[in-house]
Amino acid sequence: MTQHDMNLSRRTLLRGAGALVIGLHLPLPARAQSGAGAAYRPGGNATFAPNAFVRIAPDSTVTVLIKHIEFGQGPFTGLATLVAEELDADWNQMRSEHAPADVKLYANLAFGVQGTGGSTAIANSWEQMRKAGAAARAMLVQAAATAWKVPASQIKVEAGVISHASGRKGSFGEFAEAASKLAVPENPPLKPASAYRLIGKEGAVKRLDSADKATGKAQFTIDISAPNMLTVVVARPTRFGGKVASFDAAETLKVKGVVDVKAIGSGVAVYANGMWPALKGREALKVTWDDSAAEMRGSRELVAEYRKLAREQGRVAGLRGDAEAVLAKADRVIEAEFVFPYLAHAPMEPLDGFLQWDGKEALARFGSQFQTTEHQTIATILELPPEKVQLETMLAGGSFGRRAQVSQHLAAELAMAAKAIGPNRPVKVVWTREDDLTGGYYRPLFLHRLRGAVKDGKIIAWSNTIVGQSFFLGTPFESMVVKDGLDATAVEGANNIFYEVPDFRCEVHNPKVGVPTLWWRSVGHTHTGYAVECFVDELLQAAGQDPLQGRLALMGDKHPRAATVLRAVGEMANWKGPGPIEGRARGVAVVESFSSFVAQIAEVSLGSGGEPKVHKVWCAIDCGVAVNPDVIRAQIEGGIGFGLGHILYGEITLDQGRPVQTNFDSYRSLRIHEMPEVAVRIIASTASPTGVGEPGVPPIGPAVANALAALGHGRPRQLPMKGGTV
Amino acid sequence: MVTLKVNGTTHSVDIDDDTPLLWAIRDNIGLTGTKFGCGVAQCGACTVFIDGNSVRSCVTPVSAVGDSDVTTIEGLAGKEAEAVQAAWIARDVPQCGYCQSGQVMSAIALLKENKKPTDRDIDLAMNGNICRCATYVRIRAAIHDSARALEG
Ligand code: FES
Ligand code: FES
Repeated sequence: MTQHDMNLSRRTLLRGAGALVIGLHLPLPARAQSGAGAAYRPGGNATFAPNAFVRIAPDSTVTVLIKHIEFGQGPFTGLATLVAEELDADWNQMRSEHAPADVKLYANLAFGVQGTGGSTAIANSWEQMRKAGAAARAMLVQAAATAWKVPASQIKVEAGVISHASGRKGSFGEFAEAASKLAVPENPPLKPASAYRLIGKEGAVKRLDSADKATGKAQFTIDISAPNMLTVVVARPTRFGGKVASFDAAETLKVKGVVDVKAIGSGVAVYANGMWPALKGREALKVTWDDSAAEMRGSRELVAEYRKLAREQGRVAGLRGDAEAVLAKADRVIEAEFVFPYLAHAPMEPLDGFLQWDGKEALARFGSQFQTTEHQTIATILELPPEKVQLETMLAGGSFGRRAQVSQHLAAELAMAAKAIGPNRPVKVVWTREDDLTGGYYRPLFLHRLRGAVKDGKIIAWSNTIVGQSFFLGTPFESMVVKDGLDATAVEGANNIFYEVPDFRCEVHNPKVGVPTLWWRSVGHTHTGYAVECFVDELLQAAGQDPLQGRLALMGDKHPRAATVLRAVGEMANWKGPGPIEGRARGVAVVESFSSFVAQIAEVSLGSGGEPKVHKVWCAIDCGVAVNPDVIRAQIEGGIGFGLGHILYGEITLDQGRPVQTNFDSYRSLRIHEMPEVAVRIIASTASPTGVGEPGVPPIGPAVANALAALGHGRPRQLPMKGGTV
Repeated sequence: MVTLKVNGTTHSVDIDDDTPLLWAIRDNIGLTGTKFGCGVAQCGACTVFIDGNSVRSCVTPVSAVGDSDVTTIEGLAGKEAEAVQAAWIARDVPQCGYCQSGQVMSAIALLKENKKPTDRDIDLAMNGNICRCATYVRIRAAIHDSARALEG
């Protein structure tokens, strides 16, 4: 997602206040008794609910309702940090829980609907969550002032203790009830950055979810069980666009534990008492597929077609001067074509969902990343009014974009599976790894054709034609990113580059292919970052320039934040050119994504069998105010590992329309011995915070490729590198 | 009927004896800390101990378990387990957390055999555990921390 202008508005906060004050007078049913659709009440038995986000209980625990899904990137910790900072809470009293689906209270201010993506969790919550904490603090202070009969201005709050110079002291819990009767302040003042105790402070905050995750206690969707629940696996078409022609369930129904078999929209659903009977039942199922409308092309055919398209005029995405004219006259044109395969997200927890309903009300629980639209989808399919459907967001075992479903296909499948078996049979739909890897919604296959010319040590022309599917055109999300028919996510990072080239052109083709595709951690930058940063390196090499100094020179003074991270990473790595020295070479790359700037240097040698071995990566990031430095470091480490694994090994190949890779034996994932050492520097900044979940990914591929070039192996033109030109 | 001894408790469950131990533990016994990631012994998310040896429960049929003692993450005890989990929390190793039960089990198995693992030992012992969030830098650091803590 490329939408960064956030309409930060206090209205949302205030709307929340009104709704929750009313909420306080309702009884609080315990979770254990929840029947179909029974009220799901985040925040537990808090007495003080000043707004939609903060709950303070009599025992002083502060629970922050997190509107963003936690699948590893840290919003449980980050958003709680913002609240705790303004509340002056002690970190040990903080808890986090997912907020329910409610667009009026919990919209992502960058999107206008509830949802997570585009590395916006901290960015869009920055002001909102601090105000939520500040409002709660002001009310606690007022309650204490009234009780102690002193002016509110004389009251101090520090690490969860409310105090007055007279020696009186109290906890949040003691004043929670009195505070809950006060008016919510409209515009509570926020601290100056100089007064921060938690934000940006090393070691001040630990992740709130580490203990549960290190002990196996954290509950994911796959862990849900309920009385009478059935586990559902679905036999889905083997080609994209295929349909069920007929099926024979006779053998399936003989499997011990299988309860029923139903055709649902996405395939044939097997209902069983547990996962193993469901899987055995699916194995025994005989389905005849109708592939008359299915995509039959394979990756090889698609690449051949894309290659042709790349030589035709596309839609202009970026233009300056007349690159074609300069290239036509140039003495030497440097040309490169890069091919990027389909990639699966393969989150560690495959897709899954739980739903129970009684015909009148429904409760869905799953790792929902787009709550608003998924909530609507479930209500529509079950033919229930939206207020009769509750959606509880669960911790999810990764997403990398996979759960941010433009098509709502998982929510729809869940609702269809529940509807087909009928009310009062809770269902848990589980995808296997094979379902996941062969199930589509991939990072699209892309091809870049680049041509450039160099004269007198300068790059004088740059032309880039990009070919790949758009996953936005023709969807309800189109208006978010598509302007004048141009899907920005296909060209971001390529139609506007840091480097000053007088004659510049970027064009795009979005061919229609029947393979469902989706954003994938860092979206367009997964391929544009590689193509642009490899190509500029190649041109600089042709121009006889140092990769790092040459980039800085091309940036001029127009890109100070990019230049800063580049200089910083050079300093960290003690950059003295690409080498190689003793068989190890270095490559550099810098990419802006999600408004954050990241530069990386990778040190690479050729390992056994000619496979690149990445020893160390230095990384500098400017993401504005660094709310949780250690979470940022973790996201960068993880982003580098995720990016590296796919650049080296990741590909989904289609053969006559069918995915070839079906599990981790063939969809190779980075393992611990392939993980480089990582050093991270976070640039001090006072700018508003920007993304960290995705920006660590794009530079690693080109940094490795540029190091390989220094090793004399050229920059791999076809990814993954293993099996490519290396 | 299959009888399984898990974390010191004997359970009788009415399942086919080709059922992988993973699904018996999760669906029939109700212990969900052990995770499903691939089902084909590729990812390590389902790692448990059988008589102290770490195995992939997704490819271990219950018929092969017999009257052996099965230990899952819920049943961990002992100084290696304490050291590893404390180090995992102190380093904030987990991101999504889904692979981490398996990582913790493999790390404990390593430290039980090798009091002072080198980076190479860690590579060999841990490379059957995939972490899609790539928390490997911290896994490595936390194992070294645990070894130091165990040294006393
Ligand atoms: S689930 Fe057993 S190794 Fe992956
Ligand atoms: S922490 Fe997410 S897969 Fe390891």
